[in-house]
Amino acid sequence: METAIEVQGLRRRYAGRGAGGAYEAVRGLDFTVRRGEVFALLGTNGAGKTSTVELLEGLAEPSGGEIRLLGLDPFRERATVRPWIGIMLQEGGLPSELTAAETAGMWAGCTTDARPADEALSLVGLTGRADVRVKQLSGGERRRLDLALALIGRPRVLFLDEPTTGLDPQARRTTWELVRSLRDEGTTIVLTTHYLEEAEALADRLAIMTEGRITVSGTPEEVMAARPSRIRFLLPEGLVPAELPLSLPAGVDGRQVEIRTQDLQSALTELLLWARGRGVALEALDARSASLEEVFLEIAGAQRESGRLAAMVGKGAAA
Amino acid sequence: MSTMRSERTERLAPSAAGGASVRRMRSLARAELTLLLRSRTALWVALLMPLLMVLATYSALEELDLSEAGLTQGEAVLTGGVGMVLLVVIYLNLVPALVTRREERVLKRLRTGEIADREILMGAALPTVTVAVAQSLVLVVAGTVLLDVSAPGSPALLLAGIGLAVVTLVLLAVVTAGLTRTVDSAQITTTPLLLVCAVGCGIFIPLEIFPESVTWACRMLPLTGSVELIRHGWIGGLDGVEIARAGLFALAWVVIGVFAVRRWFRWDPRQ
Repeated sequence: METAIEVQGLRRRYAGRGAGGAYEAVRGLDFTVRRGEVFALLGTNGAGKTSTVELLEGLAEPSGGEIRLLGLDPFRERATVRPWIGIMLQEGGLPSELTAAETAGMWAGCTTDARPADEALSLVGLTGRADVRVKQLSGGERRRLDLALALIGRPRVLFLDEPTTGLDPQARRTTWELVRSLRDEGTTIVLTTHYLEEAEALADRLAIMTEGRITVSGTPEEVMAARPSRIRFLLPEGLVPAELPLSLPAGVDGRQVEIRTQDLQSALTELLLWARGRGVALEALDARSASLEEVFLEIAGAQRESGRLAAMVGKGAAA
Repeated sequence: MSTMRSERTERLAPSAAGGASVRRMRSLARAELTLLLRSRTALWVALLMPLLMVLATYSALEELDLSEAGLTQGEAVLTGGVGMVLLVVIYLNLVPALVTRREERVLKRLRTGEIADREILMGAALPTVTVAVAQSLVLVVAGTVLLDVSAPGSPALLLAGIGLAVVTLVLLAVVTAGLTRTVDSAQITTTPLLLVCAVGCGIFIPLEIFPESVTWACRMLPLTGSVELIRHGWIGGLDGVEIARAGLFALAWVVIGVFAVRRWFRWDPRQ
Protein backbone atom coordinates (compact mmCIF):
# COMPACT_ATOMS: atom_id res chain seq x y z
CA MET A 1 0.00 0.00 0.00
CA GLU A 2 1.33 3.38 -0.94
CA THR A 3 0.63 6.44 1.12
CA ALA A 4 -0.49 9.69 -0.47
CA ILE A 5 -0.92 11.76 2.68
CA GLU A 6 0.33 11.07 6.16
CA VAL A 7 -0.74 13.24 9.06
CA GLN A 8 0.68 13.09 12.58
CA GLY A 9 -0.34 15.12 15.59
CA LEU A 10 -1.75 17.88 13.40
CA ARG A 11 -2.83 21.08 15.17
CA ARG A 12 -4.07 24.47 14.06
CA ARG A 13 -4.52 27.34 16.43
CA TYR A 14 -6.03 30.68 15.49
CA ALA A 15 -4.69 33.72 17.31
CA GLY A 16 -7.68 35.20 19.09
CA ARG A 17 -8.82 38.77 19.25
CA GLY A 18 -8.85 40.10 22.77
CA ALA A 19 -8.21 38.18 25.94
CA GLY A 20 -8.76 34.43 25.81
CA GLY A 21 -9.97 34.55 22.21
CA ALA A 22 -7.37 32.11 20.91
CA TYR A 23 -9.01 29.05 19.49
CA GLU A 24 -7.68 25.67 18.52
CA ALA A 25 -9.66 24.38 15.53
CA VAL A 26 -7.58 21.25 14.90
CA ARG A 27 -6.50 19.38 18.01
CA GLY A 28 -4.10 16.59 17.22
CA LEU A 29 -5.11 14.58 14.16
CA ASP A 30 -3.47 11.36 13.01
CA PHE A 31 -4.58 9.74 9.79
CA THR A 32 -3.36 8.32 6.52
CA VAL A 33 -4.78 8.67 3.03
CA ARG A 34 -3.76 5.87 0.68
CA ARG A 35 -2.85 6.32 -2.96
CA GLY A 36 -5.82 6.14 -5.26
CA GLU A 37 -8.56 6.17 -2.64
CA VAL A 38 -11.39 8.55 -1.91
CA PHE A 39 -11.03 9.76 1.66
CA ALA A 40 -13.98 11.67 3.11
CA LEU A 41 -13.76 14.05 6.03
CA LEU A 42 -17.11 14.53 7.75
CA GLY A 43 -18.26 16.58 10.69
CA THR A 44 -20.69 19.18 11.91
CA ASN A 45 -20.15 22.83 11.05
CA GLY A 46 -17.20 24.09 13.06
CA ALA A 47 -15.74 20.62 13.59
CA GLY A 48 -12.52 21.71 11.86
CA LYS A 49 -12.88 20.07 8.42
CA THR A 50 -11.99 23.08 6.30
CA SER A 51 -9.26 24.13 8.75
CA THR A 52 -7.76 20.68 8.32
CA VAL A 53 -8.08 20.60 4.54
CA GLU A 54 -6.41 24.02 4.25
CA LEU A 55 -3.42 22.61 6.11
CA LEU A 56 -3.26 19.57 3.81
CA GLU A 57 -3.40 21.89 0.79
CA GLY A 58 -0.49 23.93 2.15
CA LEU A 59 -2.56 27.13 2.35
CA ALA A 60 -1.65 27.60 6.01
CA GLU A 61 1.09 26.42 8.32
CA PRO A 62 0.17 23.94 11.06
CA SER A 63 0.79 25.18 14.59
CA GLY A 64 1.82 21.63 15.48
CA GLY A 65 2.35 18.19 14.00
CA GLU A 66 3.43 17.08 10.59
CA ILE A 67 1.96 16.46 7.13
CA ARG A 68 3.66 14.51 4.36
CA LEU A 69 1.90 14.81 1.01
CA LEU A 70 3.54 12.60 -1.65
CA GLY A 71 6.47 12.61 0.75
CA LEU A 72 6.70 16.41 0.93
CA ASP A 73 5.68 19.18 3.29
CA PRO A 74 2.74 20.88 1.55
CA PHE A 75 3.38 24.26 3.18
CA ARG A 76 7.16 24.59 3.15
CA GLU A 77 7.62 22.80 -0.16
CA ARG A 78 4.48 24.13 -1.78
CA ALA A 79 6.16 25.17 -5.01
CA THR A 80 7.14 21.52 -5.53
CA VAL A 81 3.82 20.14 -4.32
CA ARG A 82 1.43 22.44 -6.18
CA PRO A 83 1.92 20.97 -9.70
CA TRP A 84 0.72 17.66 -8.28
CA ILE A 85 -2.43 18.73 -6.51
CA GLY A 86 -5.77 20.19 -7.53
CA ILE A 87 -7.81 22.26 -5.12
CA MET A 88 -11.51 23.06 -5.20
CA LEU A 89 -12.32 25.61 -2.52
CA GLN A 90 -15.63 25.78 -0.72
CA GLU A 91 -16.44 29.16 -2.19
CA GLY A 92 -15.98 30.50 -5.71
CA GLY A 93 -13.09 32.80 -6.44
CA LEU A 94 -13.85 33.26 -10.11
CA PRO A 95 -13.81 36.74 -11.71
CA SER A 96 -17.46 37.43 -12.47
CA GLU A 97 -16.85 39.28 -15.75
CA LEU A 98 -14.82 36.55 -17.44
CA THR A 99 -16.46 33.75 -19.42
CA ALA A 100 -16.11 30.13 -18.36
CA ALA A 101 -13.66 29.50 -21.22
CA GLU A 102 -11.57 32.59 -20.38
CA THR A 103 -11.44 31.55 -16.73
CA ALA A 104 -10.30 28.04 -17.62
CA GLY A 105 -7.79 29.48 -20.11
CA MET A 106 -6.34 31.78 -17.46
CA TRP A 107 -6.01 28.88 -15.05
CA ALA A 108 -4.45 26.63 -17.68
CA GLY A 109 -1.89 29.36 -18.41
CA CYS A 110 -0.90 29.32 -14.74
CA THR A 111 -0.57 25.52 -14.60
CA THR A 112 2.19 23.09 -15.56
CA ASP A 113 1.26 20.37 -18.09
CA ALA A 114 -2.30 21.70 -18.22
CA ARG A 115 -5.26 20.15 -19.96
CA PRO A 116 -6.61 22.43 -22.70
CA ALA A 117 -9.39 24.69 -21.36
CA ASP A 118 -12.06 23.11 -23.57
CA GLU A 119 -11.15 19.61 -22.41
CA ALA A 120 -11.47 20.70 -18.77
CA LEU A 121 -14.88 22.23 -19.47
CA SER A 122 -16.10 19.13 -21.26
CA LEU A 123 -15.06 16.94 -18.31
CA VAL A 124 -17.59 18.75 -16.14
CA GLY A 125 -20.20 19.13 -18.89
CA LEU A 126 -19.84 22.88 -19.36
CA THR A 127 -18.90 22.89 -23.05
CA GLY A 128 -22.22 24.46 -24.00
CA ARG A 129 -21.70 27.26 -21.47
CA ALA A 130 -18.10 28.10 -22.43
CA ASP A 131 -18.87 31.63 -23.63
CA VAL A 132 -21.15 32.59 -20.77
CA ARG A 133 -19.80 34.99 -18.16
CA VAL A 134 -19.26 33.58 -14.69
CA LYS A 135 -21.80 35.98 -13.17
CA GLN A 136 -24.49 34.52 -15.44
CA LEU A 137 -23.74 30.91 -14.55
CA SER A 138 -25.97 29.17 -12.01
CA GLY A 139 -24.54 28.24 -8.63
CA GLY A 140 -24.19 24.63 -9.72
CA GLU A 141 -22.45 25.60 -12.96
CA ARG A 142 -19.97 27.70 -11.01
CA ARG A 143 -19.29 24.74 -8.77
CA ARG A 144 -18.56 22.64 -11.85
CA LEU A 145 -16.31 25.33 -13.33
CA ASP A 146 -14.44 25.35 -10.03
CA LEU A 147 -14.05 21.59 -10.34
CA ALA A 148 -12.80 21.99 -13.91
CA LEU A 149 -10.05 24.33 -12.67
CA ALA A 150 -9.03 21.82 -9.99
CA LEU A 151 -8.71 19.16 -12.72
CA ILE A 152 -6.75 21.24 -15.23
CA GLY A 153 -3.33 20.24 -13.89
CA ARG A 154 -4.12 16.48 -14.04
CA PRO A 155 -3.60 16.29 -10.26
CA ARG A 156 -2.35 13.22 -8.39
CA VAL A 157 -4.11 14.42 -5.28
CA LEU A 158 -7.41 16.23 -5.59
CA PHE A 159 -9.03 18.21 -2.75
CA LEU A 160 -12.78 18.70 -3.01
CA ASP A 161 -14.37 20.90 -0.37
CA GLU A 162 -18.13 20.28 -0.60
CA PRO A 163 -18.04 19.70 -4.36
CA THR A 164 -21.75 19.12 -4.93
CA THR A 165 -23.30 21.82 -2.76
CA GLY A 166 -25.89 23.60 -4.90
CA LEU A 167 -25.95 20.97 -7.64
CA ASP A 168 -29.21 19.44 -8.81
CA PRO A 169 -29.53 15.65 -8.38
CA GLN A 170 -28.61 14.99 -12.02
CA ALA A 171 -25.44 17.10 -11.87
CA ARG A 172 -24.56 15.53 -8.53
CA ARG A 173 -24.70 12.03 -10.04
CA THR A 174 -22.52 13.21 -12.94
CA THR A 175 -19.98 14.64 -10.52
CA TRP A 176 -19.98 11.39 -8.54
CA GLU A 177 -19.28 9.45 -11.73
CA LEU A 178 -16.45 11.85 -12.56
CA VAL A 179 -14.97 11.43 -9.07
CA ARG A 180 -15.18 7.64 -9.41
CA SER A 181 -13.52 7.63 -12.81
CA LEU A 182 -10.73 9.89 -11.53
CA ARG A 183 -10.25 7.50 -8.64
CA ASP A 184 -10.15 4.57 -11.05
CA GLU A 185 -7.41 6.36 -12.99
CA GLY A 186 -5.38 6.50 -9.79
CA THR A 187 -6.16 9.97 -8.46
CA THR A 188 -6.21 10.28 -4.69
CA ILE A 189 -9.20 12.32 -3.56
CA VAL A 190 -9.79 14.07 -0.26
CA LEU A 191 -13.42 15.04 0.04
CA THR A 192 -15.35 17.02 2.60
CA THR A 193 -19.09 16.94 2.33
CA HIS A 194 -22.30 17.74 4.14
CA TYR A 195 -24.12 14.95 2.37
CA LEU A 196 -23.77 11.64 4.18
CA GLU A 197 -25.16 9.74 1.20
CA GLU A 198 -22.33 11.28 -0.83
CA ALA A 199 -19.73 9.97 1.61
CA GLU A 200 -21.43 6.56 1.63
CA ALA A 201 -21.51 6.48 -2.16
CA LEU A 202 -17.96 7.69 -2.82
CA ALA A 203 -15.67 7.18 0.14
CA ASP A 204 -13.31 4.23 0.37
CA ARG A 205 -12.49 5.40 3.85
CA LEU A 206 -13.76 8.23 5.99
CA ALA A 207 -13.19 10.07 9.23
CA ILE A 208 -15.74 11.93 11.31
CA MET A 209 -14.45 15.01 13.10
CA THR A 210 -15.83 16.53 16.27
CA GLU A 211 -14.38 19.62 17.93
CA GLY A 212 -11.08 19.38 16.11
CA ARG A 213 -10.55 15.66 16.70
CA ILE A 214 -11.29 12.51 14.75
CA THR A 215 -13.92 10.55 16.65
CA VAL A 216 -14.47 7.69 14.24
CA SER A 217 -12.61 6.52 11.16
CA GLY A 218 -12.38 3.57 8.80
CA THR A 219 -14.21 2.25 5.76
CA PRO A 220 -17.92 3.11 5.73
CA GLU A 221 -18.62 -0.55 6.54
CA GLU A 222 -16.23 -0.52 9.50
CA VAL A 223 -17.64 2.72 10.82
CA MET A 224 -21.16 1.40 10.61
CA ALA A 225 -20.24 -2.08 11.87
CA ALA A 226 -18.82 -0.61 15.06
CA ARG A 227 -22.29 0.63 15.88
CA PRO A 228 -24.93 -1.83 17.06
CA SER A 229 -27.84 -2.69 14.81
CA ARG A 230 -31.28 -1.99 16.21
CA ILE A 231 -34.54 -3.88 16.46
CA ARG A 232 -37.70 -2.09 17.55
CA PHE A 233 -41.21 -3.31 18.17
CA LEU A 234 -44.17 -2.81 20.46
CA LEU A 235 -44.44 -5.14 23.42
CA PRO A 236 -47.39 -7.48 22.69
CA GLU A 237 -50.49 -6.87 24.83
CA GLY A 238 -50.58 -8.94 27.97
CA LEU A 239 -46.84 -9.58 28.14
CA VAL A 240 -44.37 -8.10 30.59
CA PRO A 241 -40.77 -7.29 29.61
CA ALA A 242 -39.44 -10.11 31.76
CA GLU A 243 -40.99 -12.59 29.32
CA LEU A 244 -38.80 -11.38 26.45
CA PRO A 245 -35.93 -13.70 25.38
CA LEU A 246 -33.31 -13.29 28.08
CA SER A 247 -30.22 -13.33 25.90
CA LEU A 248 -31.31 -10.12 24.20
CA PRO A 249 -30.52 -6.89 26.05
CA ALA A 250 -33.68 -4.88 25.62
CA GLY A 251 -34.55 -1.35 26.56
CA VAL A 252 -38.23 -0.85 27.31
CA ASP A 253 -40.03 2.46 27.33
CA GLY A 254 -43.74 1.95 27.91
CA ARG A 255 -44.65 -0.55 25.22
CA GLN A 256 -41.75 0.43 22.97
CA VAL A 257 -38.95 -2.15 23.02
CA GLU A 258 -35.53 -1.51 21.52
CA ILE A 259 -32.85 -4.19 21.17
CA ARG A 260 -29.31 -3.22 20.27
CA THR A 261 -27.10 -5.93 18.89
CA GLN A 262 -23.83 -6.47 17.06
CA ASP A 263 -25.28 -9.58 15.38
CA LEU A 264 -28.54 -8.56 13.78
CA GLN A 265 -29.24 -11.85 12.06
CA SER A 266 -29.09 -14.14 15.08
CA ALA A 267 -30.81 -11.63 17.38
CA LEU A 268 -33.62 -11.25 14.90
CA THR A 269 -33.90 -15.01 14.41
CA GLU A 270 -34.11 -15.54 18.14
CA LEU A 271 -36.75 -12.87 18.52
CA LEU A 272 -38.91 -14.16 15.68
CA LEU A 273 -38.69 -17.79 16.86
CA TRP A 274 -39.68 -16.63 20.32
CA ALA A 275 -42.64 -14.72 18.93
CA ARG A 276 -43.80 -17.73 16.89
CA GLY A 277 -43.41 -20.00 19.92
CA ARG A 278 -45.53 -17.64 22.03
CA GLY A 279 -47.94 -17.05 19.19
CA VAL A 280 -47.72 -13.25 19.48
CA ALA A 281 -47.56 -10.58 16.79
CA LEU A 282 -44.78 -8.00 16.98
CA GLU A 283 -46.38 -4.74 15.99
CA ALA A 284 -44.32 -1.98 14.32
CA LEU A 285 -41.39 -4.38 13.92
CA ASP A 286 -38.36 -2.57 12.50
CA ALA A 287 -34.84 -3.98 12.20
CA ARG A 288 -31.96 -2.08 10.69
CA SER A 289 -28.16 -1.92 10.49
CA ALA A 290 -26.51 1.27 11.61
CA SER A 291 -26.35 3.81 8.77
CA LEU A 292 -23.70 6.44 8.35
CA GLU A 293 -26.33 9.01 9.09
CA GLU A 294 -27.15 7.31 12.37
CA VAL A 295 -23.50 7.19 13.35
CA PHE A 296 -23.17 10.82 12.47
CA LEU A 297 -26.27 11.90 14.35
CA GLU A 298 -25.20 9.91 17.38
CA ILE A 299 -21.85 11.67 17.44
CA ALA A 300 -23.46 15.03 16.86
CA GLY A 301 -26.00 14.26 19.58
CA ALA A 302 -23.28 13.36 22.05
CA GLN A 303 -21.62 16.60 21.16
CA ARG A 304 -24.79 18.56 21.79
CA GLU A 305 -25.29 16.85 25.13
CA SER A 306 -21.80 17.85 26.11
CA GLY A 307 -23.17 21.37 25.98
CA ARG A 308 -20.87 22.53 23.25
CA LEU A 309 -21.44 23.94 19.82
CA ALA A 310 -23.83 21.60 18.09
CA ALA A 311 -24.81 23.37 14.93
CA MET A 312 -26.38 20.49 13.07
CA VAL A 313 -25.54 19.91 9.48
CA GLY A 314 -29.00 20.81 8.24
CA LYS A 315 -28.94 19.31 4.78
CA GLY A 316 -26.85 16.32 5.78
CA ALA A 317 -29.19 15.43 8.58
CA ALA A 318 -32.25 15.82 6.41
CA ALA A 319 -30.84 13.87 3.48
CA MET B 1 7.74 6.67 -4.52
CA SER B 2 10.82 6.53 -6.72
CA THR B 3 8.85 6.73 -9.96
CA MET B 4 6.90 9.56 -8.38
CA ARG B 5 10.05 11.54 -7.78
CA SER B 6 11.37 11.23 -11.31
CA GLU B 7 7.98 12.07 -12.77
CA ARG B 8 7.75 15.03 -10.49
CA THR B 9 11.12 16.29 -11.61
CA GLU B 10 9.92 16.02 -15.18
CA ARG B 11 6.81 17.95 -14.42
CA LEU B 12 8.77 20.51 -12.48
CA ALA B 13 11.50 21.11 -15.00
CA PRO B 14 9.55 23.65 -17.06
CA SER B 15 8.05 25.44 -14.06
CA ALA B 16 11.44 25.82 -12.43
CA ALA B 17 12.57 27.85 -15.41
CA GLY B 18 11.88 31.57 -15.62
CA GLY B 19 9.82 30.90 -18.74
CA ALA B 20 7.04 29.37 -16.70
CA SER B 21 6.92 32.38 -14.43
CA VAL B 22 6.57 34.71 -17.42
CA ARG B 23 3.91 32.43 -18.92
CA ARG B 24 1.87 32.53 -15.70
CA MET B 25 2.08 36.31 -15.42
CA ARG B 26 1.16 36.75 -19.07
CA SER B 27 -1.84 34.49 -18.65
CA LEU B 28 -3.06 36.43 -15.62
CA ALA B 29 -2.33 39.76 -17.32
CA ARG B 30 -4.42 38.73 -20.34
CA ALA B 31 -7.38 37.96 -18.06
CA GLU B 32 -6.87 41.24 -16.21
CA LEU B 33 -6.75 43.16 -19.51
CA THR B 34 -10.02 41.53 -20.59
CA LEU B 35 -11.57 42.65 -17.31
CA LEU B 36 -10.21 46.18 -17.76
CA LEU B 37 -11.70 46.41 -21.26
CA ARG B 38 -15.09 45.23 -19.92
CA SER B 39 -15.29 47.85 -17.21
CA ARG B 40 -16.55 51.26 -18.31
CA THR B 41 -15.20 52.91 -15.17
CA ALA B 42 -11.77 51.36 -15.53
CA LEU B 43 -11.58 52.38 -19.19
CA TRP B 44 -12.57 55.94 -18.29
CA VAL B 45 -9.90 56.13 -15.60
CA ALA B 46 -7.31 54.50 -17.84
CA LEU B 47 -7.87 56.45 -21.03
CA LEU B 48 -9.88 59.66 -20.70
CA MET B 49 -9.17 60.90 -17.21
CA PRO B 50 -5.42 61.41 -17.67
CA LEU B 51 -6.01 63.39 -20.85
CA LEU B 52 -8.55 65.62 -19.15
CA MET B 53 -6.27 66.18 -16.17
CA VAL B 54 -3.35 67.17 -18.36
CA LEU B 55 -5.59 69.67 -20.16
CA ALA B 56 -6.86 70.98 -16.82
CA THR B 57 -3.30 71.51 -15.61
CA TYR B 58 -2.47 73.36 -18.77
CA SER B 59 -5.18 75.94 -18.24
CA ALA B 60 -4.51 76.16 -14.49
CA LEU B 61 -0.84 76.92 -15.03
CA GLU B 62 -1.67 79.93 -17.17
CA GLU B 63 -2.42 81.72 -13.91
CA LEU B 64 1.00 80.97 -12.41
CA ASP B 65 4.28 82.72 -12.93
CA LEU B 66 6.63 79.94 -13.91
CA SER B 67 9.70 82.05 -14.62
CA GLU B 68 11.11 81.28 -11.16
CA ALA B 69 10.88 77.56 -11.97
CA GLY B 70 12.68 78.16 -15.23
CA LEU B 71 9.99 76.32 -17.18
CA THR B 72 7.67 77.27 -19.98
CA GLN B 73 4.01 76.40 -19.57
CA GLY B 74 4.35 73.53 -22.05
CA GLU B 75 7.39 72.13 -20.29
CA ALA B 76 5.76 72.26 -16.87
CA VAL B 77 2.55 70.61 -18.07
CA LEU B 78 4.15 67.86 -20.11
CA THR B 79 6.80 66.82 -17.61
CA GLY B 80 4.27 66.91 -14.78
CA GLY B 81 1.81 65.26 -17.15
CA VAL B 82 3.94 62.13 -17.39
CA GLY B 83 3.80 61.81 -13.59
CA MET B 84 0.09 62.52 -13.65
CA VAL B 85 -0.66 59.86 -16.26
CA LEU B 86 1.31 57.27 -14.29
CA LEU B 87 -0.35 58.28 -11.02
CA VAL B 88 -3.92 58.27 -12.30
CA VAL B 89 -3.77 55.26 -14.59
CA ILE B 90 -1.81 52.94 -12.33
CA TYR B 91 -2.91 53.98 -8.87
CA LEU B 92 -6.59 54.67 -9.54
CA ASN B 93 -7.07 51.48 -11.58
CA LEU B 94 -5.03 49.04 -9.60
CA VAL B 95 -6.47 49.76 -6.15
CA PRO B 96 -10.11 48.97 -7.01
CA ALA B 97 -9.05 46.09 -9.28
CA LEU B 98 -7.12 44.40 -6.47
CA VAL B 99 -9.88 45.03 -3.93
CA THR B 100 -12.43 43.51 -6.32
CA ARG B 101 -10.29 40.42 -6.93
CA ARG B 102 -9.72 40.02 -3.21
CA GLU B 103 -13.39 40.35 -2.30
CA GLU B 104 -14.43 37.99 -5.13
CA ARG B 105 -11.91 35.55 -3.59
CA VAL B 106 -10.03 35.46 -6.87
CA LEU B 107 -6.73 36.16 -5.08
CA LYS B 108 -7.41 33.36 -2.63
CA ARG B 109 -8.24 31.03 -5.50
CA LEU B 110 -5.11 31.99 -7.44
CA ARG B 111 -2.99 31.25 -4.38
CA THR B 112 -4.17 27.64 -4.44
CA GLY B 113 -2.40 27.22 -7.78
CA GLU B 114 1.18 27.26 -8.92
CA ILE B 115 1.44 31.01 -9.47
CA ALA B 116 3.59 32.75 -6.83
CA ASP B 117 2.37 35.71 -4.80
CA ARG B 118 4.64 38.26 -6.49
CA GLU B 119 3.62 36.88 -9.89
CA ILE B 120 -0.05 37.45 -9.02
CA LEU B 121 0.61 41.10 -8.13
CA MET B 122 2.85 41.73 -11.13
CA GLY B 123 0.49 39.96 -13.54
CA ALA B 124 -2.47 41.95 -12.22
CA ALA B 125 -0.55 45.23 -12.57
CA LEU B 126 0.80 44.56 -16.05
CA PRO B 127 -2.14 45.84 -18.17
CA THR B 128 -2.49 49.18 -16.37
CA VAL B 129 1.27 49.65 -16.24
CA THR B 130 1.47 49.03 -19.98
CA VAL B 131 -1.35 51.49 -20.69
CA ALA B 132 0.25 54.11 -18.41
CA VAL B 133 3.75 53.79 -19.84
CA ALA B 134 2.39 53.86 -23.39
CA GLN B 135 0.48 57.08 -22.65
CA SER B 136 3.59 58.63 -21.06
CA LEU B 137 5.61 57.88 -24.17
CA VAL B 138 2.82 59.35 -26.32
CA LEU B 139 3.06 62.52 -24.21
CA VAL B 140 6.83 62.69 -24.75
CA VAL B 141 6.52 62.17 -28.49
CA ALA B 142 3.54 64.51 -28.85
CA GLY B 143 5.25 67.20 -26.77
CA THR B 144 8.41 66.96 -28.81
CA VAL B 145 6.74 66.87 -32.19
CA LEU B 146 3.65 69.02 -31.74
CA LEU B 147 4.48 71.45 -28.94
CA ASP B 148 7.48 73.62 -28.56
CA VAL B 149 9.34 71.31 -26.14
CA SER B 150 12.78 69.94 -26.84
CA ALA B 151 13.44 66.23 -27.34
CA PRO B 152 14.52 64.46 -24.13
CA GLY B 153 18.10 65.41 -23.31
CA SER B 154 18.75 62.32 -21.26
CA PRO B 155 16.35 59.52 -22.28
CA ALA B 156 17.99 57.08 -19.84
CA LEU B 157 17.15 59.25 -16.83
CA LEU B 158 13.68 59.90 -18.22
CA LEU B 159 13.07 56.17 -18.47
CA ALA B 160 14.63 55.54 -15.06
CA GLY B 161 12.25 58.12 -13.58
CA ILE B 162 9.29 56.48 -15.28
CA GLY B 163 10.44 53.05 -14.09
CA LEU B 164 10.84 54.18 -10.48
CA ALA B 165 7.48 55.93 -10.54
CA VAL B 166 5.80 52.79 -11.93
CA VAL B 167 7.29 50.50 -9.27
CA THR B 168 6.48 52.94 -6.45
CA LEU B 169 2.91 53.41 -7.64
CA VAL B 170 2.27 49.69 -8.03
CA LEU B 171 3.58 49.07 -4.51
CA LEU B 172 1.54 51.91 -3.03
CA ALA B 173 -1.56 50.72 -4.90
CA VAL B 174 -1.09 47.25 -3.41
CA VAL B 175 -0.71 48.72 0.09
CA THR B 176 -3.75 50.95 -0.37
CA ALA B 177 -5.79 47.98 -1.60
CA GLY B 178 -4.78 46.14 1.56
CA LEU B 179 -6.16 48.99 3.67
CA THR B 180 -9.36 49.30 1.62
CA ARG B 181 -12.42 47.41 2.77
CA THR B 182 -14.69 47.58 -0.29
CA VAL B 183 -14.50 48.71 -3.90
CA ASP B 184 -16.66 51.72 -3.03
CA SER B 185 -14.35 52.86 -0.26
CA ALA B 186 -11.44 52.76 -2.73
CA GLN B 187 -12.64 56.18 -3.94
CA ILE B 188 -11.91 57.50 -0.46
CA THR B 189 -8.76 55.59 0.36
CA THR B 190 -7.05 56.63 -2.87
CA THR B 191 -7.69 60.35 -2.31
CA PRO B 192 -4.90 61.18 0.19
CA LEU B 193 -2.03 59.94 -1.96
CA LEU B 194 -3.62 61.41 -5.07
CA LEU B 195 -3.84 64.88 -3.47
CA VAL B 196 -0.42 64.72 -1.85
CA CYS B 197 1.24 63.68 -5.08
CA ALA B 198 -0.66 66.11 -7.26
CA VAL B 199 0.14 69.09 -5.06
CA GLY B 200 3.47 68.19 -3.49
CA CYS B 201 5.33 66.03 -5.98
CA GLY B 202 5.83 68.52 -8.75
CA ILE B 203 3.05 67.10 -10.89
CA PHE B 204 0.58 69.97 -11.00
CA ILE B 205 2.81 72.64 -9.60
CA PRO B 206 6.59 72.84 -10.09
CA LEU B 207 8.17 72.67 -6.65
CA GLU B 208 10.49 75.59 -7.32
CA ILE B 209 7.70 78.11 -6.88
CA PHE B 210 7.28 77.07 -3.22
CA PRO B 211 9.47 78.55 -0.42
CA GLU B 212 12.68 76.59 0.08
CA SER B 213 11.58 74.85 3.29
CA VAL B 214 8.36 73.61 1.69
CA THR B 215 10.29 72.42 -1.36
CA TRP B 216 12.49 70.33 0.90
CA ALA B 217 9.53 68.73 2.62
CA CYS B 218 8.06 67.98 -0.78
CA ARG B 219 11.21 66.18 -1.85
CA MET B 220 10.42 63.52 0.78
CA LEU B 221 7.08 62.66 -0.81
CA PRO B 222 6.57 59.39 -2.73
CA LEU B 223 6.74 60.54 -6.34
CA THR B 224 8.91 63.69 -6.12
CA GLY B 225 12.20 61.93 -6.83
CA SER B 226 10.82 60.10 -9.85
CA VAL B 227 9.14 63.21 -11.23
CA GLU B 228 12.38 65.20 -10.82
CA LEU B 229 14.24 62.51 -12.75
CA ILE B 230 11.59 62.53 -15.47
CA ARG B 231 11.73 66.32 -15.73
CA HIS B 232 15.51 66.40 -15.78
CA GLY B 233 15.72 63.53 -18.26
CA TRP B 234 13.52 65.49 -20.59
CA ILE B 235 14.49 69.15 -20.25
CA GLY B 236 17.51 69.09 -17.92
CA GLY B 237 18.07 71.54 -15.05
CA LEU B 238 19.55 69.38 -12.28
CA ASP B 239 23.22 69.03 -11.29
CA GLY B 240 24.83 65.72 -10.36
CA VAL B 241 24.10 66.02 -6.63
CA GLU B 242 20.46 66.82 -7.28
CA ILE B 243 20.12 63.84 -9.63
CA ALA B 244 21.64 61.52 -7.02
CA ARG B 245 19.36 62.97 -4.35
CA ALA B 246 16.26 62.50 -6.51
CA GLY B 247 17.29 58.93 -7.36
CA LEU B 248 17.94 58.13 -3.72
CA PHE B 249 14.58 59.45 -2.53
CA ALA B 250 12.83 57.54 -5.31
CA LEU B 251 14.62 54.31 -4.36
CA ALA B 252 13.83 54.89 -0.69
CA TRP B 253 10.14 54.89 -1.56
CA VAL B 254 10.49 51.60 -3.40
CA VAL B 255 12.04 50.07 -0.27
CA ILE B 256 9.31 51.58 1.93
CA GLY B 257 6.73 50.27 -0.52
CA VAL B 258 8.06 46.72 -0.34
CA PHE B 259 7.95 46.72 3.47
CA ALA B 260 4.49 48.28 3.51
CA VAL B 261 3.16 45.64 1.09
CA ARG B 262 4.45 42.88 3.36
CA ARG B 263 2.90 44.55 6.35
CA TRP B 264 -0.49 45.64 5.04
CA PHE B 265 -1.53 43.68 1.97
CA ARG B 266 -4.21 41.03 2.52
CA TRP B 267 -5.10 38.10 0.31
CA ASP B 268 -8.25 37.01 2.10
CA PRO B 269 -11.53 38.87 1.77
CA ARG B 270 -12.31 41.45 4.44
CA GLN B 271 -16.07 41.08 4.14
